[in-house]
Amino acid sequence: MSKQQMIVIGNGMVGHHFVEQFLASDAAADYQLTVFGEEPHVAYDRVHLSDYFNGSDADALCLAKPGFYDQDGVTLQLDEQVTGIDRDAKQVITPKGRYDYDTLVLATGSYPFVPPIPGNDNEAGLVYRTLDDLDAIRDAAARSKIGVVVGGGLLGLEAANALKSLGLKAHVVEFAPQLMGVQLDGEAGELLKSKIEDLGVTVHCSKATQQIVAGDSCRYKMEFSDGEALETDLIVFSAGIRPQDALGRESGLELGERGGIVIDSQCRTSDESIYAIGECALWNGQIFGLVAPGYTMAKTLAAYLNDEAAGFTGADMSTKLKLLGVDVGSIGDAHGRTPEALIYKYSNQAEGTYRKLVVSPDNKQLLGAVLVGDNSYYDTLLQYALNGLELPEQPDSLILPAMEGAAPALGADALPETATICSCLNVTKGQIVEAIDAGAVTVADVKEVTAASTGCGGCAALLKNVVDSELEQRGVEISNDLCEHFAYSREELYHLVRVEGIASFDELLKRYGKGLGCDICKPTVGSILASCWNDHIHELPHVGLQDTNDTFMANMQKNGTYSVVPRVPGGEITPKQLIALGMVADKYQLYTKITGGQRVDLFGATLNQLPLIWGELIDAGFETGHAYGKSLRTVKSCVGSTWCRYGVQDSVGMAIRLENRYKGLRAPHKIKFAVSGCTRECAEAQSKDIGVIATDKGWNLYVCGNGGMKPRHADLFATDLDDATLIQYIDRVLMFYIKTGDRLQRTSVWMENLEGGLAYLQDVVINDSLGLGQQLEQQMEHVVATYQCEWKSAINDPEKLKRFRQFVNDEREDPDLQVVEVRDQLIPA
Amino acid sequence: MSNPTELEWLSLCDKDDLIPGSGIAAWLDGEQIALFYLPGIGNEVFALSNHDPIANANVIARGITGSLEQQPVVASPLYKQHYRLDDGSCLEQPELTLKCWPVRLSGNRVEIGSDSPQVNAA
Ligand SMILES: Cc1cc2nc3c(=O)[nH]c(=O)nc-3n(C[C@H](O)[C@H](O)[C@H](O)COP(=O)(O)OP(=O)(O)OC[C@H]3O[C@@H](n4cnc5c(N)ncnc54)[C@H](O)[C@@H]3O)c2cc1C
Repeated sequence: MSKQQMIVIGNGMVGHHFVEQFLASDAAADYQLTVFGEEPHVAYDRVHLSDYFNGSDADALCLAKPGFYDQDGVTLQLDEQVTGIDRDAKQVITPKGRYDYDTLVLATGSYPFVPPIPGNDNEAGLVYRTLDDLDAIRDAAARSKIGVVVGGGLLGLEAANALKSLGLKAHVVEFAPQLMGVQLDGEAGELLKSKIEDLGVTVHCSKATQQIVAGDSCRYKMEFSDGEALETDLIVFSAGIRPQDALGRESGLELGERGGIVIDSQCRTSDESIYAIGECALWNGQIFGLVAPGYTMAKTLAAYLNDEAAGFTGADMSTKLKLLGVDVGSIGDAHGRTPEALIYKYSNQAEGTYRKLVVSPDNKQLLGAVLVGDNSYYDTLLQYALNGLELPEQPDSLILPAMEGAAPALGADALPETATICSCLNVTKGQIVEAIDAGAVTVADVKEVTAASTGCGGCAALLKNVVDSELEQRGVEISNDLCEHFAYSREELYHLVRVEGIASFDELLKRYGKGLGCDICKPTVGSILASCWNDHIHELPHVGLQDTNDTFMANMQKNGTYSVVPRVPGGEITPKQLIALGMVADKYQLYTKITGGQRVDLFGATLNQLPLIWGELIDAGFETGHAYGKSLRTVKSCVGSTWCRYGVQDSVGMAIRLENRYKGLRAPHKIKFAVSGCTRECAEAQSKDIGVIATDKGWNLYVCGNGGMKPRHADLFATDLDDATLIQYIDRVLMFYIKTGDRLQRTSVWMENLEGGLAYLQDVVINDSLGLGQQLEQQMEHVVATYQCEWKSAINDPEKLKRFRQFVNDEREDPDLQVVEVRDQLIPA
Repeated sequence: MSNPTELEWLSLCDKDDLIPGSGIAAWLDGEQIALFYLPGIGNEVFALSNHDPIANANVIARGITGSLEQQPVVASPLYKQHYRLDDGSCLEQPELTLKCWPVRLSGNRVEIGSDSPQVNAA
């Protein structure tokens, strides 16, 4: 039997999900699939589109596993828009030709609605839907100072946030009297508005734009019906979406009154060979503008085509989001439209939080909820609403601040097996339990098997709770022991050292470990002791803990000699110092190379030579550079406003200040900084653990980037900070990393492993959600105050210098060292 | 097996030259010897060849000491293989063994037994 032809139009989120689901089914063997995508990209994660501005590239957002569309039975034709459907001939038409189908699936999504305002073209008519749209916005932003988003809904606020992160002064213009009118009531909208304005985004409600004309101080001027006007350099429209139903319309499929291709519960349109799924489909008079219902449709259709009983029965439209640290949540009947529904409200102006419950007339079931300012209530409330769990006697106990009498959060154990944990991928608690029964032992395993929490990620914390509690019930202990000597993780050891005031490895080993220690736990504990108490690493109890590089305060090279890197804060060096470096290098015949961190590396020093070399370097005013330590390396900088005609702040001055503040700080792994004097970013700050970029109002802070084997762009953490706040945030981020990071874990991996990632870290640092802020700052203050140049202290202490000899009983150098001359310098033979 | 008492004991350095929990290197007639001092553990002093056969560099004395499965070991500072202090055998690559000397503390002196490269004094 020859294969049936199936065509899928649209390679967006839902179309792709359908292809995945369908190819995994038995029916796939009977079909040849052809997928047409109008965009030039393979299906990508539109939900996380904004990450494209925070360092994710198109590849990182791609939804298809590598090679997915190369497998047999499916062809993907990108950059090929379907322009018509010939239902009589059962063919689809593209500019390249006609293609036969037996079964046709429309997954064309929606398009942004741009209101017909005169003048809304070019940079005054941008939208926020595709990667190409974002490229256009980025281009326009590079030539702009002010940006306006028209539309104060969920997507509009996200777009405003993006404009802000591109360094623009952002405005939101909303036609309705409040923000997020679909999800929030008036009071919540008002609170959200004030919070967003605190973040520097100006919100204009009840504003109807009449026309866009040329501006005086900016490219454009928006004129409103109330006579007021707003000048801006670019305008992004986010005034709602419309189902992309043009193909259905032209080919005579049944559409809804206000658009959308009508489907039944099997996703079938009015033509029995044609199906529609995702945002282009209208079910029961409803369009679903979220990805989860689309995924459910895709699953339903794949199952139906595989002859399984399946039906789409609607979907939950609850949402939670966080914009620059502002929590907003909306569940079910947020507006209390159910007749006779009971309303409970809690509002706290001092804290800026608002919570509302909509409860059934019998006071037993949660119908809806609204949250602003604190989403920690969301998971529990959503579970009550989705699963119809009976409410406690006093439902308002669920939204009162945690104090005596408040109901405890709903534990994972209390949830029924049918409870939906991940609504994007529609994964129930039962499926998670199944995965664990089948051998999954980590959250990562469970994610892999069930795909839970791989959509919007909002359920990550709940998922972890469920997994942990299930594992616990099975008596599974998850080992994160550091090594055979300590049944503790690095974080736990740090805590013990801090809280119990433990001052040496031996004491820690005696009280909490066994054996003699090893090359894993010794340097780890050495680093923890240094982070906490900052004794000299050569004090007797610590000396045996250090890796050879720390022991000899230089970097061992392959032949057993060392390289020496003096500190050059910010990369600024006087000619005299440069000459002094050259003289020392020449005298000891050291191979000399400039590093990527804007300093000079001198190679080939023997143990005997190290103290002599450092004696001369210290006399010339140099300090140790800690190139050997798991500690702050360098703060790279561009010249900034001191010389550069584009610089807006003194980046060198800031780099020197930061380098001098954090030099010597020991951490789970090395830490690199950079400071750029303007958005041209010549110091490459976005590839560093801590990146600082000047703005005309202060500094933008980026965190947790790195180069190396697995490069990662840093994430924008906070914008337009003054000097004091910048340093306060960096203090907190670094000390929190030192407190909770794992051994040899760079900040990037550390943050990715934090439950809640960047948003969580922002919450801890900016909102002080754990109440740790002051403590972290004090701990940093101690390290800063007790800094000493390790080489200077060593040079002055004959005891410490004892080890700097190749042989304890002989003056000679290692006779096996051989060198050859290459390009006028000596290297190992 | 040779008998330790028949060895010639040569004085290498003072006990004060040793670093508790760590290593130093000594020179003996063209040989480079890594000396480790673990107070309270077995023989307390251990002597292995300072030559790391994998890195081909004389660096063993600069490794971190410790124990793995109750055996005292040193980790090479370059590529981190572990060698047992008792007999010089390599845990990761059993075909490799570091030369090993009998060694003892005699008053304030550290003495090494020459002519018996295979066995420790213990
Ligand atoms: C910035 C942003 C943030 C969002 N955040 C969330 C969120 O937090 N939570 C949530 O649930 N949802 C969110 N959404 C919505 C979510 O992205 C959509 O619900 C989802 O993408 C819908 O999938 P779809 O496949 O129906 O449509 P799409 O993903 O839009 O895919 C449709 C594809 O079909 C292509 N196409 C259309 N016509 C043709 C044609 N004639 N020929 C060929 N190809 C065609 C389009 O180019 C497009 O690639 C967000 C959307 C945006 C833009």
